[in-house]
Amino acid sequence: MKTGPTPSPLTPADAEIGPKPPLRRFHQARWDEPLLFELGTPGERGVLPPLSQVPADVVLPDGLRRAAPPALPELSQPQVLRHYLRLSQENLGADFNVDVGQGTCTMKYSPKVNDRFVRDPKVAGLHPLQDERTVQGVLEIMYRLEGLLKEISGMDRFSLQPGAGSAAIYTNVAMIRAYFAARGEAETRDEVITTIFSHPSNAACAKTAGFKVITLYPDADGYPDIEALRRAVGPRTAALLITNPEDTGLFNPRIEEFVRIVHEAGGLCAYDQANANGILGITRARDTGFDLCHFNLHKTFSTPHACGGPAAGACGVSAELAPYLPTPTVEFDGTRYRLDDDRPESIGKIRPFYGVVPNLVRAYAWIMSLGGAGLREAAEVAVLNNNYLMAKVLQIRGASVPYAPGRPRVEQVRYSWEKLAEETGVHSEDIGVRAADFGTHYWTSHHPYIVPEPMTLEPTESYSRAELDEYAAILAEVAREAYEDPETVRTAPHRSTVHRAREDVLDDPATWAVTWRAYRRKVLGG
Amino acid sequence: MRIGLVVNPVAGLGGRVGLKGSDGADVQEKARALGATPHAAERAALALAELRSRIGGPFTVPTAGGPMGEDAVLDAGLIPDVRYRPGDPTTAADTVRAAAALAPHADLLLFAGGDGTARDVLDAVGASVPVLGVPTGVKMHSAVFGATPRAAGEAAALMAAGGVRIRDAEVMDLDEDAVRDGRVSARLYGHVRVPDVPVRVQQRKVGGTVTDPSSVRGIAAALAERLGPSELLVLGPGTTMRAVANALGADVPLMGVNVLAGSGTVVAADVAAAELEALAGTTPAWIAVTPIGGQGFLFGRGNQQISPAVLRAAGRDRLAVAATEAKLASLGGRPLLVDTGDEDLDADLRGHLPVLTGHGRFAMYPVR
Repeated sequence: MKTGPTPSPLTPADAEIGPKPPLRRFHQARWDEPLLFELGTPGERGVLPPLSQVPADVVLPDGLRRAAPPALPELSQPQVLRHYLRLSQENLGADFNVDVGQGTCTMKYSPKVNDRFVRDPKVAGLHPLQDERTVQGVLEIMYRLEGLLKEISGMDRFSLQPGAGSAAIYTNVAMIRAYFAARGEAETRDEVITTIFSHPSNAACAKTAGFKVITLYPDADGYPDIEALRRAVGPRTAALLITNPEDTGLFNPRIEEFVRIVHEAGGLCAYDQANANGILGITRARDTGFDLCHFNLHKTFSTPHACGGPAAGACGVSAELAPYLPTPTVEFDGTRYRLDDDRPESIGKIRPFYGVVPNLVRAYAWIMSLGGAGLREAAEVAVLNNNYLMAKVLQIRGASVPYAPGRPRVEQVRYSWEKLAEETGVHSEDIGVRAADFGTHYWTSHHPYIVPEPMTLEPTESYSRAELDEYAAILAEVAREAYEDPETVRTAPHRSTVHRAREDVLDDPATWAVTWRAYRRKVLGG
Repeated sequence: MRIGLVVNPVAGLGGRVGLKGSDGADVQEKARALGATPHAAERAALALAELRSRIGGPFTVPTAGGPMGEDAVLDAGLIPDVRYRPGDPTTAADTVRAAAALAPHADLLLFAGGDGTARDVLDAVGASVPVLGVPTGVKMHSAVFGATPRAAGEAAALMAAGGVRIRDAEVMDLDEDAVRDGRVSARLYGHVRVPDVPVRVQQRKVGGTVTDPSSVRGIAAALAERLGPSELLVLGPGTTMRAVANALGADVPLMGVNVLAGSGTVVAADVAAAELEALAGTTPAWIAVTPIGGQGFLFGRGNQQISPAVLRAAGRDRLAVAATEAKLASLGGRPLLVDTGDEDLDADLRGHLPVLTGHGRFAMYPVR
């Protein structure tokens, strides 16, 4: 029987049973904010740009000259600042919310101080066509960053030129193709093996590069099926492309055996370290026997994600594959840094110039600020946060973790709301939209859709225990609503600037408007 | 849009008391004696309640009298429009007559029951009206049911909102007496038309719904590339295989096993085992089959014409198993199943098979 003080009649009843921590009374700001192009007054100026340094007698060819001056908005600096501050309040910006629901697209704190390095004119003012004698500093940063990544992964060489994610995977696949072409096996080794819970980009990139793709499904324990691997390998095997831990959050305990089986068949092994957030300083790709690997600097090394934009990747290879790295590489002779373009076996350029230098600088700064012990601690805290959150989510009615139930996960978990959906008719996507009403982010990056009603959470090391408690409390509240008042969840959002977006419009190229010009043409009909 | 409802009140009666089905008055009587109570109407009402919550109400539902729909419609706060009065007790013939009476008055006919009910509805309405099952039976091997009663209601609401395609779906026929003896014996009974709402799998545009046309075209192209000019392509039944035939320029019946030549011409349609054995015994043949969605049977259900002799003549290397990734996902991690009637052959087929999921794309998938 419950003992203790009798609640005062003045205490609201729900103070005893209400969600803990209390959910914040979030409401997105609603500004009737005009478009930037609709603001301002003709002739108004925010900044006076410096005069052109081009001598007056230089005449540009006609093809490069504008017919008319550009139609730029004309407004003062404070107006611009207010405009963007208002816009930032009308969405769930990363600086406002606990965005562990970004799923596989790791969101972690990008220290603001690193942006000061990037904004420094010494970095911001660099031009990719400068003589290499005048860019020694940034070449040194790249060279040192390569050294750090070599140490973190055990690999022998890195290229920092590729973009991250698919661009990095494609770089690895291109090197694998070049390697077998050089050995006269391009025709016979035409199969790439991957797993269903590896990032789908692995299959897609291999296919794009001309390989056949064989996908392994999980065994009864939720791990990639090793018997299927044994059946899949053979003289046609070019490579294994595998994410580990996979997007289920499970680390393949037989990964060394996987590598050995593929090597014995004459294939290469490429480690997709998109989920490296939980293994830094704990395992190394090369020590497991991998021939290639890549990091997404925008995930693991705390640089902006940038939504398909200027993300930076890093591809690492063993000495045997180093000749195929993209060109140029950064070399150091003890005195000077130089770009080496004289690489006859290289797969060539993957991106223009050096890659995304600002993100390379941020990643370098982040690693240097943490040091070796700090990297490992970041990984350990990410794993701890993830399993702490999992323990809380599993207490919520309707939530479950398919595949290997009861086992701890590494740095993320793919949950399922299947039970809740069956019992209430409320889907994972509805829960995500309703979560926005409480000021938190929950996206839908759960590809491939093998887990029914998926939800993927990846808390990283950046979130406090209080924030994780709040996130779990929000999910619990939304789940309770789904059972008691499903209509509220299904008709969410209720506290946002705009109502639910129409996905058919987002998915249809005929209605995309990614620029002002496109918006004018497609939406305004101008 | 008018949505009709027919309920098989005894569907599922045997399940909770371990009778593996509810076909026949004897079994139903036995089930009641064991303490079973009907719950089909209750589950049908749940589907209607979900439908009502999504499209608003109350609205009129063409249905059959009493326990065959009227009660469930009233339970869900909707208005029954009774078009058929069943006898007491109700029989399978009542389901057939009720469905036939409702079909002209519905744009979608919901039926609550299991595989047996699906067969009766198919007999009654054929392809004249799209149907969708509210799962209340013991066995639901047919690919015509919502994953849950609520999911069925949701699919109906999506269809009412417009823009949902209609596709063919498989109705399975399971021999309950055989199941009670410990044998599973199912065959493909036919096809009905259902709204194409993949309710088992999270619905979001990921390029992989149940009838993903680009995957099927990729599968067809991959099969065509393998097929030598003097080889035959034996296509099993099912919508995926018919789409493959269409992509190769041939039109074949949905049911049964069909044989194409390398040129895409139809050599034989809806063949029997003996005819197929004669063809495959003289000309090298590829055997292409797709597992039954949600269930996973590869051989021994609905395609018994592809006999052990045909499979042996082709050889394991000329066996092409094809399925879209969404179809594999619908198995929820369960293996593919074989029951060719030849235990040695079944043993040979077990293990892992490469399943063609698109052009140049395979899943290495377990077979049991």
